[in-house]
Formats: sequence, structure tokens, C-alpha cells
Amino acid sequence: MKTLLNYTLALFLLASTTIFTACSSDDDSTPTDELAGITKFKEITNDSHTIELYSHAGSLEQGFNEISIRIKDNATGDYVKNAEVSWMPIMHMAMMNHSCPKSEVEKVTANGTLYEGYIVFQMAQNATEYWDLKIDYTINGTTYSATSVLDVPASAKRRVNTFTGTDGAKYIVAYAEPHHPKVAINDVTFGVWKMQDMMNFPVVDGYTLKIDPRMPSMGNHSSPNNVDATQKANGGLYEGKLSLTMTGYWKINLQLLNAEATVLKGEAITDTVLESSIFFELEF
Amino acid sequence: MKNTILLLLFSSFFSYAQEVKDSLVPKDLKEVIVIGKKTQIHEKLTKSLASIDEFLDKGSKVDLVKRGAYAWEPIINSMATERTLITIDGMRIFGACTDKMDPITSYVEVSNLSEATVNSGQQGSCFGSTIGGAIDLKRTQSKFGKPHWNFALNTGFESNNRQKIIGSSVNYADSTYYFDADVMFREADNYVAGNEKEILYSQFRKLNLSVTSGFKFSPNKLLEASVIYDKATDVGYPALPMDVSLAEALITSVKYVVLPKSPWLKNWETKIYFNTITHRMDDTTRPSVPIHMDMPGWSKTFGLYSKISGVKNNHHFLANLNSFYNQSVAEMTMYPTNPDENSMFMYTWPDVRTFYTGLFAEDNWVFNCHSGLKMSVSVGSHSNEVASDFGLQSLQIFYPEMQAQKSRFLKSIAANYNYNKNGWVYGFGAGYGERAPSVSEGYGFYLFNSSDRFDYVGNPNLKNEKSLESNLFFGYQKEKINAKITTSYFHINNYIIGTPEETLVPMTIGANGVKLYTALNYATIFNVDFNSEWIVNQHWKWNINLLYSLGKDSNHDDLPLINPLNYRTAFTFTQARFNATLEGVGNAAQTKIGSTYGETKTADFAVLNAHFGYKFVFSGSRLYTKIGVENLLDAYYTTYSDWNKIPRMGRNIFLNLNYSF
Repeated sequence: MKTLLNYTLALFLLASTTIFTACSSDDDSTPTDELAGITKFKEITNDSHTIELYSHAGSLEQGFNEISIRIKDNATGDYVKNAEVSWMPIMHMAMMNHSCPKSEVEKVTANGTLYEGYIVFQMAQNATEYWDLKIDYTINGTTYSATSVLDVPASAKRRVNTFTGTDGAKYIVAYAEPHHPKVAINDVTFGVWKMQDMMNFPVVDGYTLKIDPRMPSMGNHSSPNNVDATQKANGGLYEGKLSLTMTGYWKINLQLLNAEATVLKGEAITDTVLESSIFFELEF
Repeated sequence: MKNTILLLLFSSFFSYAQEVKDSLVPKDLKEVIVIGKKTQIHEKLTKSLASIDEFLDKGSKVDLVKRGAYAWEPIINSMATERTLITIDGMRIFGACTDKMDPITSYVEVSNLSEATVNSGQQGSCFGSTIGGAIDLKRTQSKFGKPHWNFALNTGFESNNRQKIIGSSVNYADSTYYFDADVMFREADNYVAGNEKEILYSQFRKLNLSVTSGFKFSPNKLLEASVIYDKATDVGYPALPMDVSLAEALITSVKYVVLPKSPWLKNWETKIYFNTITHRMDDTTRPSVPIHMDMPGWSKTFGLYSKISGVKNNHHFLANLNSFYNQSVAEMTMYPTNPDENSMFMYTWPDVRTFYTGLFAEDNWVFNCHSGLKMSVSVGSHSNEVASDFGLQSLQIFYPEMQAQKSRFLKSIAANYNYNKNGWVYGFGAGYGERAPSVSEGYGFYLFNSSDRFDYVGNPNLKNEKSLESNLFFGYQKEKINAKITTSYFHINNYIIGTPEETLVPMTIGANGVKLYTALNYATIFNVDFNSEWIVNQHWKWNINLLYSLGKDSNHDDLPLINPLNYRTAFTFTQARFNATLEGVGNAAQTKIGSTYGETKTADFAVLNAHFGYKFVFSGSRLYTKIGVENLLDAYYTTYSDWNKIPRMGRNIFLNLNYSF
């Protein structure tokens, strides 16, 4: 009898440990592959080099796009590791041309082959208007250039807002990250830029982007413990915390406040004001 | 009745267990509610095919929260599911519904059970930690003997909701083997409250199958396997915004019993069990809802206990080692009106794994034929783990520092003294017990309470709830008269209850706000009940039962769901094979209202019931006929424990037939 008890007890413990171990997560070793998580969407070729463009989604769309590039020497087939790179996106419209907010292009790792930056296409292409990208790069004192048309379709959900603030300035506010929001408190990254002229869109420093996530399909309820987005350092993107309590369609209502906490654009959500004039959309 | 108590303590399928009868028998405070088919008491049951809920409702210590006609939630000493312990033959089972629509009593059927024992407070801690007390539902079990078959057919009808009941059972037993199987099916339409008011969404359908088989493979060893399968479909909950399309349970166990050949060990019982429950809430049958949603839940429990009892000198002792592992998962998916939009999904129970191991020991020390002292102590380790990352991250929205795992240590101790002489009985006791928060209290995520209309969010940082209790009873028992008054008082520290958090916005459309589970400093609950029976003469008997409770929190506000004065009185007439009962049941108006917790006042009510029974005896077979009228005057009423003041059933005429051969 004692053995039977021992046996059943052992069986029970064994079963429970199996269940416990089955739930513990495996530790994945960090991949060293530079191209992990990004997909090539474009190659631009000139006489000497082929420039490969990569993004998370393997395409571009209206809004904030993080773009990685590699420069391959056509003669040797090697990737160039010591180039100085800059870029200039241009929207070709019927009456005029203009650029958009963009970052510098930086080397990702010292020994790697990738260069990286972001471009915020504040509008999508259409039948007659299109974006192109000119990439200028210098290798060992020699300058090169390559230009190509980009495919920038409209985004399915609103990811960028262009508006004139109460101070008369024209602003662009864009959603950067996360690419895959979760039911959790998400670390979110947005960008705020000012249109200085048709070709210059510098980062705005010291403002606050207030966020109020809502579910319009579910009584427009919000979520707790959101943190408004602010900059960690001048010139950088705005970081905040966005809590999403369930999957589905969320509207992230925004208000842009300047350094004096004056609202430049956007409305607070109330029982009668169901959405702000500036917002982002997420659906997952 | 003493026999049934004896049965519980010392399994009686051995003649030698009868010896115990001659020694001093401990007195217990527990209440035994007879449900099943022990023939000798069958005749006394006024409604043999009543639901388990109705049987429990007759007990003086048990009340029930009703959300419709089905699956009432038992309350012991004014405490509901979280603070009580309900077991089926010692097995832990956890409902899979976040809205408490499936108390485990809803997964068994009267045909499975012989009785329910109700223990108040810490006297119920044999199978785990509790605050308010415990109900153990005892399964029916045949006795070894000469080979015999027994067949029974049961059928019933209730006029009010056109409930049709049909069932049958087969029992076989011989000197080394027994086999019991039974099946019961119930189907009911909407019921009608007093004044012909139909209560929409109060229908239900339930099928229950049960098989138990035991084999005595040596003179003192028994192996028993048991299965209950229960499936309810199309269950309406008129008091709630959602119904249930499926509530399904499979409850299995294997039991091994040894009667040790030791002079003082009497019974050693070990059981391994597994049960799995699937519960699907949906609102597709409701015509207008703000948003359609599905809320399925699953609960799986794997457990074991090993219980040994014996007698040495004047000490009747019992020890129980018990352990269970439970997985509770519940989801909510909401469907937006725009079909192109993604559905909204969340875990309402984030795959919580609970692992408990406890040891309980009790000594019932019989000083002499007049007095005794029962002492018990238990210790247990309790741990919760949130196994779903999705669920953990959801809860971390509220509690960023929250860890997936939380362990607790639970203790209890109790002592009860009893004395009886010349018909006078009295006793008193004290106890201390702790409990861990329930899955909903610890880990629930936006659980909508349709009574106070708040969304509830669990709190993983809750401390153990700790209860100090005392009880006292006093009575007089002679052949013709039996009267007893029992009181219990609980002082519960860290009393867990939802408190509104003004800064949070509710998720449910139309909700008043969000409540987080928090602990009040303390709450106190006082219960007093009076039970009497007067046997007037050989034909007439008169019973009176009274129950009154008080509950206050540490802010001196009244707690919700506390019994106002409740009374029941019955006159029973018995002659040969005929019996008749006229019964009056009522509540006084509720004067203590938990308005802080969203409770509103309930008026008084009184209803009259009449029951008649007759036993026909044919050669080799018997037919029990029960006929009765409940709510004879068709009163329209609601009680303090009717969820959202849903009115109770109006006049109902029932007929129960039990034919056995």
C-alpha cells in the first residue's frame, strides 16, 4: 500500500513537473544575422554599385519608414563598409516638388554592411504624383549618386498627420513603433517635425504628444496607465507608453503641446468629442 | 441521521466497522442534507427529483444566489464561492465561468448523490482552505451483499416552466463487486413569475450520466472508479446579459480504500482524480446587445488526496493529505459591427495555474458520553502562476511590477467543545483560517458584474484573507421535541472586495466604472439560526427554521448579500404510505443593505408550498408518487439573493414518480 501511495505521488509530481517545464520558455540565442527582421524591397543600380534597400515590411508606405541600405561594389561583389551616405526623398507633384522629414543615414555597426535611417512620407503617391529617392555616397573620397522612383502607397491605417498648429506653423506627426503592438503596455515611438520650407523638415524639440487610445467599436473606452510621448534628447524621436487592453481596432487620439504646454492641435476626448482631429490608427 | 454521520467517518461496507457504534461516538456540528435514494428516507423527501440547488436551499445554513432557474451559487454563513469550499466526494473542482454561472453543484445531479454535508467555518477545512465553511457532496454508493439488481425509473414534470425530467438507474452489487449507473435528463422552458410574468431566457437543458464501480479484491481492500459526465446546453440566465450555450464537465476518479488490520486505524482512503470543464457564454440569442461577444472558459483540475482515520482510546482522529493542480483559462472575443474590423480579444483569466498541497489533521476527543472536544489543524502551500505571456502582459498594464508566480502559505486551526446531558446540548468553538484570493480576485481582467455594473480587475498583490471565528450552539433534544440555536461570528481581516478606482475607464459599454479587488481592513459576519422540530403525535410534526445574518465592513458599512430574517415553517402529516406537508417560507424586509456595494433594498415576501406523497407497493416493486404545489398563492417576489432582483418562480405544480424494482 505504501508503495502504491508512493507511486501515485510520484506520478502526480512527475505530471506536474512536466506541465511546469512545458510552460517555461526556451532561451533563444540572439541571431547575429544583420538582415534578421528586414526584407529587401528595392535595388538601385548605377555604373559602379548596386544599392539594396530594406525595410521591416519589405515595402514602403505612407508614414514613418525605417530604411536600411547596403552598397554592393558591382566589380567585386563586396559590400562597402566605409561609405558616407546621405539621401534626399522628393515628391514630384504637378505644380511643385517637396521633400519630407528624414534622418541622417548612419552606419548600424562599425564592422557591418548596413546603413540606416528613416524617411516620413507624409503623403502617398497617386496616378500622376510620385516619390523618388536620391542617394549620395562617398567612398574613400570619391562621390557617387543613384536615384530611383519609390513605390509609396497609402497606408491602410492612419500613421501620419500633417496640420497647421495654432501657432501658424505646419507640423508633421508620425507613428514609428512598435510594428506589432501587443495587449500590454507598449513602448511607443512617434516623431514630430516642423515644415521649415519645402525641402527642410527639422525635428521639433521639447514638445509633448499627448495620447488617448480609444476603441470606437466598443463604446470608445480608453485604457489605463498611458504615458504621453516626450523626447529623451533633442533631435530624437518622442517616446511614450501605450497600453492596449485587447486586440482589435484602436484609435490613438493625439494632442500636440508645445514647451509651454499650449495645445497646438488636437482635442481632448469627452462624451461628446469622440475623436481628436489628429490621431493614429492601429489594428491587430 | 446519526447513521449517516457515522457513515461519513467510518466507511460502513464492513461489518466490523459496526463495532465502532458501540464505542463513544463523537458529536459533529455538521449539517447533513439528504439528497439521494436511501430507500428508508426516500419517502420523507417532499420532492425527490428537485434539483441539487433546491435540496441545498432547504438546508438551514445554505443559501443560494440565483441568476435564473439553473446553477444557483451556494452561500454558507453569508459567504459565496470564493470563501467556501465545495467538493464532490473530496474532489476539488473549479468552475470555468468568470461570472460564477457554473458553481460546481451545477455539474452534478441528484441521481449521483446521496447527501451533502455542510460544515461551518474551519470545521470544513478537511479538503482545503476555507473561510465560511464547506459542502461535501457525497456520491451514491451501493453496499456489498448478496447479489442483487436494482432498477429504477424516475420521471417528473413541473407545470410552471414545463420542466420534463426523465432518468433511470441500474445498480448491481454482490459480495465483492458493485456497479451503479444512472442517467438523468431535464429540459425546461422559460419560467413564469407570479402574476403570469414570463421570465425570458430562463430555459435550460441538462443531461447527466454517471457510473461508479467498485471491486473488493481482498477482504479489506477496495478499488473504485467513478465517472460523471454532465452537459448543459441552451441555459438562460435572465439576470445576466449573457446566456450559456454549453456547460460540460467530465469528472473522473479512482479511489483505493484499505481497512488496515491495525487495532486503531480504521480506514485509509486514497483518491486520484481529474476533471475538466468547458463553459461557453454567449449572447447570440439576445436580440439587442451593444456588442456581441463570446466568453468561453476552461478549467482542468488534477488532484489527489489520501485520508486516514482511526480511533485510539477516546480519540477519533483523521488526517488528510491533499493536493491539486488547476488550470483556469477564460477568454473574451467581441465582434465589432463593422465586419471588416478585427475582433477584440482578451484573456479574462490569463491561464492561471494553481498548485495546492495541504495537510489536515483532526482529533475528535470524546471525554465521556456527555462531552467531547474536536480539534483540527491544517497547513497548506498555495501557488499561482500566470502561464500565458499575453495574459501576464495584459495584467501588467495595471501592475507593471507583477511577477508570473506567487506563492502563499495557508494555515488553519480550530477547536470545538460539545456537551450533552438529559437532552440539553450545548457547545462552543473557535477557529482561525486563511485563504488565498480566487483566480478572479487575483487575476481577473475586466470581468463585468451586472449587478453593480462595474468592470472588475484582479489584484495579484492581495494578501491572504484571514478569518477569526467563534461559534456557539445551545439546544434541547428529546423524543418529541428538538430545538437548537446556533450562532457563528467571523472577523475577517484583509477582506477582499472590489473598490471603485475613479481614474479607470470601464471597458464594458454602459458600465459604471472599474473596481479593483482590494482588501478592506476587516469585515465581520454574524449568523444565527434556530431549528426546531416538534412531533405532536404519530401523525403530525411541526418544524420551524429561522436564520438571520449581519455583515459589516471596517468602515461600518453593511456588506452585500447578507441574509435578512428568513423563516420556514412546515406541518407534516404522515399516515401509513401517505404523507403531506404544508410549508410557509419567507423573508422579512431587508433593512441592512450593502448600498456602498451597489445593493438595493429587497422587500419581504412569503410563499406557501404544499406537498403530498404516496407509496404504492406492488409485488417486488415500489412506486413513489410526489405531487405538490409551490408558491401556492402565485406570489410575485424576489429575495435578497436574487441577482439583479430577478423575480422567482410563480405557482408551480410538480409531479415526481420514482419506480424501482
